[in-house]
Amino acid sequence: MRRATLILLPYLWLLALFLVPFIIVLKISLSDIALAIPPYTPTLDVSEGWRGIRDFFAGLDFENFVFLTTDDLYWKAYISSLKIAFIATFCTLLVGYPIAYGMANAPDHWRPTLMMLVILPFWTSFLIRVYSWMGILSTEGYLNQLLLGMGLISEPLTILNTPVAVYIGIVYTYLPFMILPIYSALERMDGSLLEAAEDLGCSRFKAFWLITVPLSKTGIIAGCFLVFIPTIGEFVIPSLLGGSQTLMIGKVLWEEFFNNRDWPVASAVAVVLLLILIIPIVLFQRNEQKQREAEG
Amino acid sequence: MRRLTWFNATSLTLGFAFLYLPMLILIVYSFNESKLVTVWAGFSTKWYGTLIQNEAFLDAAWVTIQVAVVSSTIATVLGTMAALVLVRAGRFYGRTLFSGMIYAPLVMPEVITGLSLLLLFIGIGLDRGIFTIILAHTTFSMCFVSVVVSSRLVTFDRSLEEAALDLGCSHFDAFRLVTLPIIAPAVISGWLLAFTLSLDDLVIASFTAGPSATTLPIKIWSSIRLGVSPEINALSTIMIAIVAVGVITASLITKRASLRQQADERAAVHA
Repeated sequence: MRRATLILLPYLWLLALFLVPFIIVLKISLSDIALAIPPYTPTLDVSEGWRGIRDFFAGLDFENFVFLTTDDLYWKAYISSLKIAFIATFCTLLVGYPIAYGMANAPDHWRPTLMMLVILPFWTSFLIRVYSWMGILSTEGYLNQLLLGMGLISEPLTILNTPVAVYIGIVYTYLPFMILPIYSALERMDGSLLEAAEDLGCSRFKAFWLITVPLSKTGIIAGCFLVFIPTIGEFVIPSLLGGSQTLMIGKVLWEEFFNNRDWPVASAVAVVLLLILIIPIVLFQRNEQKQREAEG
Repeated sequence: MRRLTWFNATSLTLGFAFLYLPMLILIVYSFNESKLVTVWAGFSTKWYGTLIQNEAFLDAAWVTIQVAVVSSTIATVLGTMAALVLVRAGRFYGRTLFSGMIYAPLVMPEVITGLSLLLLFIGIGLDRGIFTIILAHTTFSMCFVSVVVSSRLVTFDRSLEEAALDLGCSHFDAFRLVTLPIIAPAVISGWLLAFTLSLDDLVIASFTAGPSATTLPIKIWSSIRLGVSPEINALSTIMIAIVAVGVITASLITKRASLRQQADERAAVHA
């Protein structure tokens, strides 16, 4: 009895507020837009019994998904999201690895403080962290003022409202997700392995490449997925820093819903986005499992 | 091999400069006299003054705090229950679905979570407002809580609980007196995580909030879309300060608690 309540309460909550809403999205993605409240057809009319249910299913079709393939905007947005997420993840790795490496090799008594310094930005508002770059990157912003003042450029650079600004925003906000798993992999590493390699005549760099990098591989993979997966559906960063030039699917979905009020197409966009995400998520799970097995 | 080489010192300095400079600039320029955010015109606290008089922001802040407190508290209860189910309930019908529903929201894009909840609320004819934001926030943050708590429960020594049961404790008392104090740090950090997730959320709140309830992130969003403003800089500074004080205090408290525990254990060994 006690066990049943323990299971049922969170179970029912998630069924009602996670699974059912998702089924509704799936259903609306198969419906057609209509000038009505709610703005789509068909709606299920249970009062008509079996005929109502049959009419309901007969009214569903894949029209919206066909529409997604015919209109350039959508598949370009999916490709562009994947591309931006991929490049941004790589940049985050390039920035994050040296920091994680520096942390793992820092004196022992420094490490808790360094750790807290990495986590602290994670607790501050995401919106504010993205916003802070608007003032830096704008045409009359601090970066341009600095570069002009130093005489490095004669004309202000246009960075805000370009894909470059989006990359900077993603690297900045997702950096802790990259640093932490790499740091924890590097920290577990046995330093005597590197000493052995150097004793046997390996150069520093070669020892790093042949020993440190492979041993931190699980951390690198975990960090990359932790950045890549949420970046694909990102909405705030492309909207604030990317301007109209940057096409990302999270932004398209938002606009489809709030500006065009086309709920069926917005739902179809969401369903396809989720299908795309399944691949990296499954790969990520597999990596985590491998890591757990290696540890246990 | 633990030595601070030239390379490591440089990468740490540059890395932390990158992480902290943007926020530092934001804070410095919140004390700027000029309305033009990027031009320094002297020290002033006037933007804090206009911020305090801005009722729309104050109302939004109040809504945000209410939502965060209520949703993170419910999420902590449900999330802890879910963690107990995941770690201890063994096999039951629909277990795979259950763990799937716990982990899926963690990787679900916010736009999809927001959209699906909005369609549900409209489908069942629920008026959107504070209540619907609370439902939405509870749902995604309970999953984060359950992940945090279950990672602690996995390492929990069950013989302690069995001992309590052998000594005549009821199941509930054993949980309350033995299990809960031991997993308390994880439960508290789960609550804190849920609380900050709720404070921070823009996308899901935008979908699930009606015209009657605006949260602070929604308010900030609509004003920064038009560009940088000194008032928002002042607001950001206040929010950053609150978080910094909170996180540093929390870490000092846990540090002291762990020192005390070590001292107790040492005393117990010597006694």
